[in-house]
Amino acid sequence: MSAVNAAGWRPEMSQGSAQGAVTASGDKGLMLEEALIFELGRPGTCGVDIDEPEGAVLPGLEKFLRASAPDLPGLTEPETVRHYTRLSRQNYAIDLGPFPLGSCTMKHNPRLNEKVARLPGFADVHPLQPQQTVRGAVEVIVQLADWLVTLTGMHAVAMTPKAGAHGELCGLLCIRAALEARGDKREVILVPESAHGTNPATAAFAGYRVENIPATADGRVDLAALTARLGPDVAAVMITNPNTCGLFERDMKAIADAVHAAGGLVYCDGANFNAIVGKVRPGDLGIDAMHINLHKTFSTPHGGGGPGSGPVVLSEALAPFAPLPYAERTAEGYCRLIEEEDAGTDHPHAFGRMSAFHGQMGMFTRALTYILSHGADGLRQVSEDAVLNANYVLRSLEDVLDAPFGKAGPCMHEALFSDVGLAEGFTTLDIAKGLIDEGFHPMTVYFPLVVHGAMLVEPTETESKAGLDRFIASLRSLAERARAGDAALKAAPVLAPRRRLDETLAARKPVLVHPA
Amino acid sequence: MRYLPLTPAERAEMLGVIGAGSVEALFEDVPAFARLPGPVPGLPLHASEMAVERHMARLASANLSAAEAPFFLGAGAYRHHIPASVDHLIQRGEFLTAYTPYQPEIAQGTLQVLFEFQTQVARLFGTDVANASMYDGSTACWEAIAMAGRVTRRKKAVISGGLHPHYIATAATMARFTGDALDTRLPDLAAEPDDAAVIAAIDGETSCVVVQYPDVLGRVPDLAAIAAAAQAKGALLIAVVTEPVALGLIEAPGKLGADIVVGEGQSLGVGLQFGGPYLGLFGCRDKFVRQMPGRLAGQTVDADGKRGFVLTLSTREQHIRREKATSNICTNSGLCALAFSIHMTLLGGEGLAKLARVNHAAARKTADALAKVPGVTLLNSAYVNEFTVILPRDAREVVRELAEYGVLGGVSLGRLYPEAFALHNGLVVTATETTSDDDIHALATVLTELLADTHEGSPT
Repeated sequence: MSAVNAAGWRPEMSQGSAQGAVTASGDKGLMLEEALIFELGRPGTCGVDIDEPEGAVLPGLEKFLRASAPDLPGLTEPETVRHYTRLSRQNYAIDLGPFPLGSCTMKHNPRLNEKVARLPGFADVHPLQPQQTVRGAVEVIVQLADWLVTLTGMHAVAMTPKAGAHGELCGLLCIRAALEARGDKREVILVPESAHGTNPATAAFAGYRVENIPATADGRVDLAALTARLGPDVAAVMITNPNTCGLFERDMKAIADAVHAAGGLVYCDGANFNAIVGKVRPGDLGIDAMHINLHKTFSTPHGGGGPGSGPVVLSEALAPFAPLPYAERTAEGYCRLIEEEDAGTDHPHAFGRMSAFHGQMGMFTRALTYILSHGADGLRQVSEDAVLNANYVLRSLEDVLDAPFGKAGPCMHEALFSDVGLAEGFTTLDIAKGLIDEGFHPMTVYFPLVVHGAMLVEPTETESKAGLDRFIASLRSLAERARAGDAALKAAPVLAPRRRLDETLAARKPVLVHPA
Repeated sequence: MRYLPLTPAERAEMLGVIGAGSVEALFEDVPAFARLPGPVPGLPLHASEMAVERHMARLASANLSAAEAPFFLGAGAYRHHIPASVDHLIQRGEFLTAYTPYQPEIAQGTLQVLFEFQTQVARLFGTDVANASMYDGSTACWEAIAMAGRVTRRKKAVISGGLHPHYIATAATMARFTGDALDTRLPDLAAEPDDAAVIAAIDGETSCVVVQYPDVLGRVPDLAAIAAAAQAKGALLIAVVTEPVALGLIEAPGKLGADIVVGEGQSLGVGLQFGGPYLGLFGCRDKFVRQMPGRLAGQTVDADGKRGFVLTLSTREQHIRREKATSNICTNSGLCALAFSIHMTLLGGEGLAKLARVNHAAARKTADALAKVPGVTLLNSAYVNEFTVILPRDAREVVRELAEYGVLGGVSLGRLYPEAFALHNGLVVTATETTSDDDIHALATVLTELLADTHEGSPT
């Protein structure tokens, strides 16, 4: 009985059970294979009952008509529901267990948020309806804007950016517009080596030249190196705080002061705001702009890769340049969206427009619902529990996994480990794939780049202690196996719907669509 | 707090394991001056599910939803009936609460969906390949212009006046900072789109020609003629589709010679949502694939030789290439792509074709009814489900007055082009399968009444 695990099974019962079996169907119990819709569907099949169209095609349109219907097979509703339900079962998700992807903040997605976003007054409203018919929608945007401004201690917020990277772009364009407005042409953006790849990509996308600044041995921006590089050509620095090593940039205020003294501006990547929300106002640290990933800190669902939402809070110096449409509460307390029609008088310095409409309304309703549920006290508890959970993981595993910055002090909401100490030939990837067999989603791996074989674990505040203990036990077991050189680990995963996939083949001979 | 599982006792126990005296000690790296002693001042405290739902429902009820009114808006966002199974399936937690499929062994569901989505988009657009989505149509359009610049090594884009003005504004915003030149124009209130003007503007410096199909006034440009003219000068043709349902009826842009086809996928599966999240569609020729922005799912095999899917060609992307990436995009519109794909799967190609015919029939009925309203003239010689009428006075006012009567009557050109006074009497009207005969009757009746004074006072 001693070998029975917490779920009541003897571990040996699961050894190779799924992989060994051979079945006629290819399915194995609840592990179901699923063909492509192009293999399942039949031309002419339709899962929607559509009335017979009345009348003829407009004579003027006849020369534009397509030669034949699009070559797309259809499925009836039962076949469709089954196809996507079977596919869904090949996905890991937060709803199934911990999803500790560092820097992604995979927290529970409250279902009230989903319900609210689907109210017809939000879901079935057109972005170009007359403003008199969308007062409530505009008020949602303004209420959320008020919260974001107050929580960050900033002056204003641009609500339209559609994801984090789009928010970075918005922030940099505000900075660029502000510099140009004072006739200051600067060409360089400084980005720490540990930055997320979107930072340098965004700077380049906004027409800037990117220069890296090194990190110190304790995983933070090298203030001396940064200060030495400042000069009349530096438009801004982009700092992630807490940074991608899961550490708070202690010198943030000093960095901001130095950059400002040199005439530049400070962009803060707010991807890791979850560590400090309700506890620290970034505005108190001297920053000029910061995007907030509503899909991270404020729990709008990640949806298998979006949609996100990336509002950008701005300092007083940058607020006039925020893009259109610009949400504001007037002095009389009236909520409105300023568009091109009124911008000339009411928001004349806007740098332009970043997308067709008002931003990610469906994310705003969810995020506001989340924020109202938590309140200022609940949000403070969010960051405290997120940081507590990460430190618990860090201290529970630092004897078996190298924690490069663990000695120096606590981490924020992410625990960072390296591959130092693993047996020859064993890598971070092996541990990640081993976690899959253990029933967990792996952590972020090989990022940040400043740590060899990085493993970045972000448990978030919505993991219970019991859930964390199970995760820690599995990761401990894998670390021990990788240190001991257990060859079986190199084959992992063997219990997932697929074993390791040939990524080289995929890139060498790309098959991006199913052949007709 | 209903979303936070840790108990006070567990917190204390965990602090013991960590060796910290308090949670506060874990924040020691934050300078003391920046640490708030309590909840952020000036904000309310937590609230129950019921209280929050009430608050949000009150805000929702302050809006006039499309279902509550005769509804004729389009111009880049379209109201279609979404089958119930679409929203049900996208709420499965395995789709809703997963992320970018970084670990393909446990993300085959999302990866296969993306592969199927890419195939559907490519076949709909008539392109060789398509990516796994962009933010929306307008950002996809700018990305296409930037990509054409990389392919041709030229920096001048010729933009049709029929391109949605917010798409032009989005591109112009970016171009201002990247040094690209955009040769833009306003639309004319003419029956035909500006194909000739666009063709005349193409020269040896032109990287691309950007043409919306059908255009913002609902007119249908002759893509084949523009493609030939672009090709002759070494420029690419970018076709922009804001209403994919239209492609059930008119020829796929890729088949007519477009090199890059981008679009807004919101029409299928996603819903209006006051403007977002929407779904950027992006397809192009095979030979340009390494210049494409955004994520791509590709087919491969696993260690047992079983078919599987992975994210591929990521050396184009920011997480590998950093400042040399083809785009800065990271998180895109995965769940919207799923919704689009499910809706498209339910329809199939023939269902889409039929749906487009039903839309067209509704638009014809609406156009016929409006053309009978004294003082109203129909602009278009061709349209699918969206057309422009010219009113005898500023359409912005008329739209607001229609709303007072509970009719959402279209998108005024004054809203879209506030600076272009010559366009202000134009109204873009859209009809879909959701438009009923009663809706059409209501619009025509109220419009007749609103225009009566104007019309009677003007010479006939």
